[in-house]
Amino acid sequence: MKELFGSQPAKKDAVDEQVAVEQAQDAVSATRFSVGIDLGTTHCVLSYADLGHIDDEDFSPQVMAIPQLTSPGSVEDKPQLPSFLYQAHPAELAEDSTSLPWIAKPDYLVGEIARNLGRKTPIRLVASAKSWLCHTGVDCKAAILPAEAPDEVERVSPFQATTAYLQHLRDAWQNQFPDAPLEQQDVVITVPASFDPAARELTVEAAHAVGLTQAILLEEPQAALYSWIEKSQGDWRNHAEVGDIILVIDVGGGTTDLSLIAVTQQEGNLELTRVAVGDHILLGGDNMDLALAYTVKAKLEQDGKRLEAWQIQALTHSCRDAKEKIFTNAAADNIPLVVASRGSSLIGGTLRSELTREEVNRVLVEGFLPEVVVSDRPVSRPRTGLRTAGLPYAQDAGITRHLAAFLTKQQGATDELKDINLPEHASFLHPTAVLFNGGVLKADALSERLMEVLNSWLSAEQAPEARLLEGADLDLAVARGAAYYGYVRKGKGVRIKGGTAASYYVGIESAMPAVPGMSPEIQALCIAPFGMEEGTQQELPDDEFGLVIGEPVRFRFFASNTRREDKVGTRLDYWTDEELDELDEIEITLSEEGRRPGEVVPVHLCAAVTEVGTLELQAVSQKDNGRWKIEFDVRAE
Amino acid sequence: MNTYAIDLSLKPSTFDLWHVCLAGTVALLALILIGLLLSMLISLIRCKKKPAVLPVIPTPEPAVKIVEKIVEVEKLVHAPVPEPVVLKEATPDAALQLLGLLQKEARFIDFIKEDITAFSDADIGIAARVVHEGCNKVINEHFTLATVRSEQEGSRITLLQGFDAATVRLTGNIVGNAPFTGTLVHKGWQVTGIRLPKLTSGHNAAIVASAEVEL
Repeated sequence: MKELFGSQPAKKDAVDEQVAVEQAQDAVSATRFSVGIDLGTTHCVLSYADLGHIDDEDFSPQVMAIPQLTSPGSVEDKPQLPSFLYQAHPAELAEDSTSLPWIAKPDYLVGEIARNLGRKTPIRLVASAKSWLCHTGVDCKAAILPAEAPDEVERVSPFQATTAYLQHLRDAWQNQFPDAPLEQQDVVITVPASFDPAARELTVEAAHAVGLTQAILLEEPQAALYSWIEKSQGDWRNHAEVGDIILVIDVGGGTTDLSLIAVTQQEGNLELTRVAVGDHILLGGDNMDLALAYTVKAKLEQDGKRLEAWQIQALTHSCRDAKEKIFTNAAADNIPLVVASRGSSLIGGTLRSELTREEVNRVLVEGFLPEVVVSDRPVSRPRTGLRTAGLPYAQDAGITRHLAAFLTKQQGATDELKDINLPEHASFLHPTAVLFNGGVLKADALSERLMEVLNSWLSAEQAPEARLLEGADLDLAVARGAAYYGYVRKGKGVRIKGGTAASYYVGIESAMPAVPGMSPEIQALCIAPFGMEEGTQQELPDDEFGLVIGEPVRFRFFASNTRREDKVGTRLDYWTDEELDELDEIEITLSEEGRRPGEVVPVHLCAAVTEVGTLELQAVSQKDNGRWKIEFDVRAE
Repeated sequence: MNTYAIDLSLKPSTFDLWHVCLAGTVALLALILIGLLLSMLISLIRCKKKPAVLPVIPTPEPAVKIVEKIVEVEKLVHAPVPEPVVLKEATPDAALQLLGLLQKEARFIDFIKEDITAFSDADIGIAARVVHEGCNKVINEHFTLATVRSEQEGSRITLLQGFDAATVRLTGNIVGNAPFTGTLVHKGWQVTGIRLPKLTSGHNAAIVASAEVEL
């Protein structure tokens, strides 16, 4: 891989071919499977396909059953591994009751058992580690989770938790396929499209920590589209046409992710290009269940019944089941809810209430998918008081408002594609097709409402209605698509062009006389443009920085997912808050190897996108071409 | 006839056949003697050691006895003609495990063990929802169930000669020979798949619900 970077940013196709050839040769020697890992916020799924005997049109990925502890002492195979980690108290579990088929005493309890134990002891439960990975202002390698735990509970870092999930998946694979070590297979790990460079880097590092040094990254919405292409068995070309803009809406358990993929033509072949990604919105199915539980709680409290914390937990659980029943069974208008007492006496102590279709529609459909106009924006209140160290959950639950904001912001996303023509008067980017992903959208009431709202915006601007791409497997699509991507990388099937989802900038103090009371003006210097493709690099030779050997230097770091026209070296004097998002600072430390400490070395910056899919920043010495890696994961204290 | 004279002053000048035989016999006898002496010596040493060792390792002797016993048992098995009827012993672990699952998901034991006479039907009904929902979950998650007969209950069906009496039970007016025609009273259930959790060595299946203490 290094050699690739050393060379000139070669023509992408040539590089691809070379990679494909190399991999084809690998396939003969060791690689047997293409493995896709969906490292989700609430669930992990591993999908694999045998590369040994597949034809072009016959690709059938399978989902691996993952053995995991479900309660102390019992191990079950489940298709999903809940992304939870439980820090058990030493006296809590009996000896030998946490063994797995491959290890007598695992370091961490993950999966179903963690979620089950955590339900009753939330202070020891680590959840949503993935969302912490891209939470700016937090050191992801510091042991900070569970955030709300008392001091004596041993904490883990979000990075460690992610590593633990990967470790479990790797061990489960090894247990099932002892002859085909996972580190020798083609492994693709999915990340949200909205992951920043640091979070992507951490994901790759976690994969390295469990020996998967060959793993590469793929954005989840792209994986969902790959899965749709794979499931159509070659028929997708009849459902997508040149000029299409496919909007991928992924509403998972904890996050909502939006992406736009354009369909263009190149020498008569259809091409797919991912043109825009949305922000990381912490809003998903779990919020819906909680909203229902609070509705029922209010009803019960009207009858004079006080609910304890554990009852709300149980209520949330039964609300989830009730919601699914109401959505899947058109005849069920009224689902009884019961919360059993905790003691051994079941009768008498059990709370009863019910959830009606009207309530579900009001709370979920109107609450999460309100009928809004495209000019509406998510409400964001200034956070009041001191915010405890927690995740930045979305303040506005209206997914449609987030969608409106995204489409308006990305209006110019397709300006450079000649196959896509937006009407002059358009006030937002008009998608022509929609692909859903995530278990939440299995509910017809929700998916229909989402289409309704989107189409109302389109018809208000006399645009044709967007059509829904059918046939997606909403729960397992990401993992399946990731496995398919391993196959696509062998040069088969269509590949989605992506590249970086944002352009990146470093902040530099501009040279001007100091004014008392004013902090020096900052300029944003573009170091990586939008849509940089994997395996390419861009140098910024003219802007020199003098760096002192042995002393860490920090830069402010920005990203923009709308400024597509900026080239490397572009300096911005002014920008709006909407345009540039500030990420965590980056840090350069020039090692002292062979140099005098204190010496000033002139360097320039170089950005490369690795084949793995991570952004790599380097400082290159002007004098002797020495290179130093610039670290992302140095988070502000 | 040859006559042999005895003259002790004579010394043999040639090593003839007789001498060879003689020398061979002497060597053989000497070897036998040495062997005998050695074996005697060894047995003597063993005899001396035995009384000291015996109380420490009594195992060799019982082992020998067991071998003898096995031989006897084999003889017994071979000999009698009527084979004993072997009834399968149900393993308690799987049963306990199922009880544990039903308790965990459906509060099954809580419900069965509770005296329901004092409660109203409405109260029991509420609790029954918990039990029904949980049992349903356990059964669906751990077993794949299929009906034995796909016909509608109440319809007339015909059983041909050689039908499997274990899957279809005849009741009522059982006379005559197959084919039998009758009414399907119950369509039957069969488990086609079973997915019980595996248990770790430290798991005590007899604890179907552990006591819970909140701190």
